[in-house]
Amino acid sequence: MNQYPAWKYLLILLVLSVGLIYALPNMFGEDPALQVTSARGFAIPLDLEANIEDALIVENLEFKNMERAGNKVLYRFNSAEDQLRASDVIKKALGDQYVVALNLAHATPTWLRSIGGKPMTLGLDLQGGVHFLMQVDMDTARSQQLDRYVDDFRAAMRDDRIRYVSVRREGKGLLALLRTVEDRSKALDLIRRDQSLQGLIVEELDTEEYFGISATVQEQQLLELQQTALKQNINTLRNRVNEIGVAEPVIQQQGADRVVVQLPGVQDTVEAKKIIGATATLEYRAVDEANDAFTAAQTGRVPPESRLYTDASGQPILLKKRLIVAGDQLIGASSGFDQQNGQPQVSVTLDGVGAKRMLDFTRDNVGNRMAVVYIEQKPGGRKTEEVISVAVVREPFGKRFQTTGLDSMSEASQLALLLRAGALAAPMEIVEERTVGPSLGADNVEQGFKSVLIGFILVLIFMAAYYRVFGLVADLALFANLFLLIALLSMLGATLTMPGIAGIVLTVGMAVDANVLIFERIREELRNGNTPQASIRAGYDKAFSTIADANITTLIAAFVLFLFGTGPIKGFAVTLSLGILTSMFTAIMGTRAVVNLIYGGKKRVRKLSI
Amino acid sequence: MKFLNKKTNIDFVGKRKIAFVFSLSLIVISIITLVAQDLNYGLDFTGGTLIEVSYPTAPEVSDVRAHLADAGMSDSIVQVFGTPNDIVVRIPPRENEESNAEISTVVLAALQEGVEGEIVMRRVEFVGPQVGDELTEQGILAVVYALIGIFLYVMMRFQWRFSVGAVAALVHDIIITMGILALVQIEFDLTVVAALLAVIGYSLNDTIVLFDRIRENFPRLRKSSPLEVVNISVNETLSRTLMTSMTTLLVLTALFIFGGEIIHAFAFTLIVGVVIGTYSSIYVASTVLLELGVSKYDLMAVEKEGVAVDANP
Repeated sequence: MNQYPAWKYLLILLVLSVGLIYALPNMFGEDPALQVTSARGFAIPLDLEANIEDALIVENLEFKNMERAGNKVLYRFNSAEDQLRASDVIKKALGDQYVVALNLAHATPTWLRSIGGKPMTLGLDLQGGVHFLMQVDMDTARSQQLDRYVDDFRAAMRDDRIRYVSVRREGKGLLALLRTVEDRSKALDLIRRDQSLQGLIVEELDTEEYFGISATVQEQQLLELQQTALKQNINTLRNRVNEIGVAEPVIQQQGADRVVVQLPGVQDTVEAKKIIGATATLEYRAVDEANDAFTAAQTGRVPPESRLYTDASGQPILLKKRLIVAGDQLIGASSGFDQQNGQPQVSVTLDGVGAKRMLDFTRDNVGNRMAVVYIEQKPGGRKTEEVISVAVVREPFGKRFQTTGLDSMSEASQLALLLRAGALAAPMEIVEERTVGPSLGADNVEQGFKSVLIGFILVLIFMAAYYRVFGLVADLALFANLFLLIALLSMLGATLTMPGIAGIVLTVGMAVDANVLIFERIREELRNGNTPQASIRAGYDKAFSTIADANITTLIAAFVLFLFGTGPIKGFAVTLSLGILTSMFTAIMGTRAVVNLIYGGKKRVRKLSI
Repeated sequence: MKFLNKKTNIDFVGKRKIAFVFSLSLIVISIITLVAQDLNYGLDFTGGTLIEVSYPTAPEVSDVRAHLADAGMSDSIVQVFGTPNDIVVRIPPRENEESNAEISTVVLAALQEGVEGEIVMRRVEFVGPQVGDELTEQGILAVVYALIGIFLYVMMRFQWRFSVGAVAALVHDIIITMGILALVQIEFDLTVVAALLAVIGYSLNDTIVLFDRIRENFPRLRKSSPLEVVNISVNETLSRTLMTSMTTLLVLTALFIFGGEIIHAFAFTLIVGVVIGTYSSIYVASTVLLELGVSKYDLMAVEKEGVAVDANP
C-alpha cells in the first residue's frame, strides 16, 4: 500500500495554495500612475495632497486612488492619457520643489498587497530603460586627498609658527623641507598632534641643504577615502536621478569603485547622461542682520552687499554676497547627537583653506546667523539656488563644526546627506551603457512568454504521450512547479530578465528529469516482475539519491554563475537555482501524492498506466 | 509509448576505442578551429558600442554607411538585423576614453539624417575596454571554479576516479561546444558564457545519474567485471538519458525559434551542449572511469549507502 500520512497531503496543499496566492499578483497588470516625491528627499506635507487634489478637480481629472508610502505619494489613473494630462497639471501646481514621475504601478488588489503579494519586477531588457555602469576615478580622488594633506600641513605649520622652506607633493606622498632640526622635530610633533593630519606615515629625510619629512598616506586611510568618495557619489547620483523623475531607479555600489545606475522607462540617454554628469555645490553665507528681509522683499530695495533668498519655509531672507566657504572646501558631513543635550546635529568637516576662513568669520560673528545655500547647475545653463539651513553661530569654529537646531534625527541625516551630495567627491566616467528601447522591450516580453508557453506545451504533450497517466501526473507537477517558481520570484522581489526567462524555460525542460528518473525506475521494477505497488515504492525510493546528487551538482554550477555573473546573468542563475529547488518538491513529493491518491488506496492494482 | 521497449543490451563500452578516436578528433578539430579563426567575441568582451535602430522603411545599408562616415564613424560596421527595417551598427572601442560614452549620441543623430519619419532606438550597448577585460577574466574563472566545485563534490559523494571522469567529460563538452561556436561564428557574449555553465550543469546531471547507477550495481553484480558493470549501467540509464535530452531539447528548440535574436546564441549553445553532453556522459565519463581502473573496491566505503539494495530480487 502506498499512502501518505494526512499531514503530508496537507503540507503539499498548503505550499501549493501559498504559491498560488503569491503568484496571483502577476495576473493583474498595471495602472498608469504618477509618483510625487520631494526633490530634496523630504516627506511630502499633508496639505500638499489637498493642493494636488484641488488642481486635479479643477481640470476635471479623476484618479482611481491615492496612496502614501514613505516619502512618496502615488496617484493611479484610469488611462495613460489621464496620466499624462495630470502630470502636467501636478507639475504646474507644485513647481520645482517636487518631482512628478510617470510610473506603471501594479494593480494588485489591496488584500493581496496587505499580505505582501507583489508581481515580479520586469528587468530593463523587458520594460525598456537605461543601465549605466560608472567608474569612480580613484586616482584623481587620491590625488585630491594628497593635495588636501599638503594644504592642511602648510596651514597647520603657519598656525604653529613653524618656518618651512616648502611643502609639496612628491609621487604618491608629500615632502616637506625645513631649515633646522628643531623645526623638523616641531613639525613631526605637529603631525602626531593635529587631527587633520592623521593617517600619515612619516620618515625623516635629509638633503644637503635641508631637513626633510617624507610622508605617505596609510593604505587604511586611502581605502576609507575611497569608500567615502564612492558613497558620496552614490548619494549625489541618487539626488540627481530624483530630478529626472524616474519611478524606480536603482543606484548601487558594484565592486570597490563602481556604481550601477538603472533608470527604468528612461529612453532619452542624452538627457540622462547630462543630468548624471551635472555639477552641484554648497555655499556658506552670512545672514545680513542689519537689514530687514521682509522690507526688502516688499519694497524690492535690496542692500548692495546682500542678495534676497527664500528659506526652506518660504520666508524671505537676506544673505551677504561675500562667500564664507564653498562646497568644494567641504570634505565630509555626518549626522549624530549633541553630546551635551542629546539634540540631533550635523557635523561638517572643511579642508584647510575653508577651515581658516570659517574661523575668521565665526570669530567676529558670534550670535549672528549663517545660512547654507544649495546651488545646482542644471543642463542648459539653468541654475537653482536654495537656502537649506539657517543657524545661529554660538562660538567660533573652523575645520569641524556642528549645525544644531534641527527638528529630528531624520532631518539631521537628510541634511548631512544633502551636504555630502552637493558635489561629486571624485570624477566618474561611464564604462558601460545598456539602453533598451520600449519597442524592443515589448518584443522581448512577447517572444519570451511565447517561447516559455510553446516549450511548456510541447513538454506536457510529450510526457503525457510517453508515460500516460504518470505523464499526466508529471504534467500537473510541472504546472505546480511553474507557479511555485513564479511565486518565489515574486516574493523575493527578483527582477525578471530575458536570461531569467531562459532560466525558466530550461527549468521546465529539466524539471521533468526527476520524473523521468522515477518513472523509468518504476518501469524497470515492473519489468523485473515486481508488483505495481512495490514498483512505485521502489521507483521513488531508488531514484531519490540520484535526483539529489544530480540536482546538487547543477546547483553548484548555478551558484558559481551567481557569484561571477553580473546583472542579467545573475537573473538566469537565480531562476535556475530556484527552479531546481521547486522542481524537487513538485516532482518528488507532489507526484507521489497524486500517484498515491490514484493507486495507493487500491488493494490490488493489476497494471500501471506508465 | 516507449522508445526502448525491451531491456537494451548495447555494447557501448566495447565501442569505447572508436568513441575515443571520435572524441579525440573532435577535440583536435575544435582546438584547431579555435586557434585558426577564434571565437566571434561579442561586445561584452571586445568593448565598443552597439546600436540597434528600427527604420520606418527599409534603409539602404550603403546610405547608412555614408551618413556614418560623414559623422566621423567610418570604422563602424552596419548590418541588417532580423527584419529589413532593423539595422545594427557596431563601433570598435576608441582610444579616447571620454568620447566613448558619447558615441551613441553621435551615431543616433547620424542615422536619423536623411530619413523621413523617425527612427526608433531599439537598444544601445556600450562596454568600456576595462569592463571587457574583466568579463573575460570572470568568465574563465567562473568555468574553472565550477569545475573545481564539481570535482570536490563528486569526490565526496563517490571517489576521485569518478571526479576525474566527470570533469574530463565536462572539459570535453566545453572544448567541443566552443569549437562549434567558433566554426559557425556565433557571437560569443555573456549569455553564451551562462549557457556554457548551464551545459556543464546539464552534462554533469547525466553523468551523475550514470555514476549513481554504477555505484549501485557494483555490489549487486559481484561476479561481473568492472567493464560489464559499467556497460549494464549505461544500458539501464539509457532510456532516461535519451528522454531527458529529448524534453530539454524540445524547450530549447522553442527558445531558439521563438525567443528572438537576443537569446539566439544562448539557445544555440545549449542545444549543441546538450547533444554533446548526452554523448559524453555515455562514452567519455565511463571510458575514463574504466581507464583509471575503477573496481568494486573503490566504492566499498559507500556501499551501505546504495539505496535499498535488498529490495532487488
